[in-house]
Amino acid sequence: MDGSLMTLHYDVSPTDFTRAGEASSDVKNKLKQLGVSPQVIRKVAIAMYEGEINMVIHAQGGHITVDILPTMIRMELKDVGPGIEDVERAMQAGYSTAPDNIRSLGFGAGMGLPNMKKYSDTMQIDTVLGVGTTVTMTVDL
Amino acid sequence: MTLNQLIRSDIFTLRNAGDDTERAITVPFCCDLLSIAMSRAPSGCAWVTVMANMNTLAVASLSDAACVILAEGTCFDDAALAKAKTQGIAVFETGLPVFEAALKVHDLMGQTGQA
Repeated sequence: MDGSLMTLHYDVSPTDFTRAGEASSDVKNKLKQLGVSPQVIRKVAIAMYEGEINMVIHAQGGHITVDILPTMIRMELKDVGPGIEDVERAMQAGYSTAPDNIRSLGFGAGMGLPNMKKYSDTMQIDTVLGVGTTVTMTVDL
Repeated sequence: MTLNQLIRSDIFTLRNAGDDTERAITVPFCCDLLSIAMSRAPSGCAWVTVMANMNTLAVASLSDAACVILAEGTCFDDAALAKAKTQGIAVFETGLPVFEAALKVHDLMGQTGQA
């Protein structure tokens, strides 16, 4: 992206749920090295991790691009999953379509998208059924 | 209270000391639902949970918890413990119930000073 001080790319594995969070951890560490404030790092880490988990649960993985810009962190999470049928409903806290095996691991409480919205400063969801979903979030520096 | 003071209290079984034993523990925090813990765990908390899987460590790291205390006799498997060591996350185990484990942390914070 134009004006980006640093661009990071991550493939989110579709097969290994236990590895979910590795991309977010790496971004967290890089932001820490760059001296970004702990409050901003926490917002980015939470928003991105929730997105990463969603990609594993619902979309068989995908690709994340993180741009570190002079005034913000921009995250683009792109998958080729089934798409979100009802975005408004998916944004409601407590609504989830996650299967039981995911719930038994402590997820699937319907907090993913609400958490992403809460911890980002802007969030946009572009989704097409049967084609995929792209979530773009920014966190101001 | 620092993590080191919690370690030296010997209240819980230490499985990994983490990479910063001098960091302050800000508050005990109890939650087993990782989705909630991810957004609500305060930075620097002593997180008491029975959810012992690899994702617990990711949430602990990303939410910046000071340590994870596995209650009710739960424990990480070898792979998760190895990951805790790699990532420098402090991990304790205890047979105590969640509330009692958190109360122990709270009481110790009162005795040693909050930070």
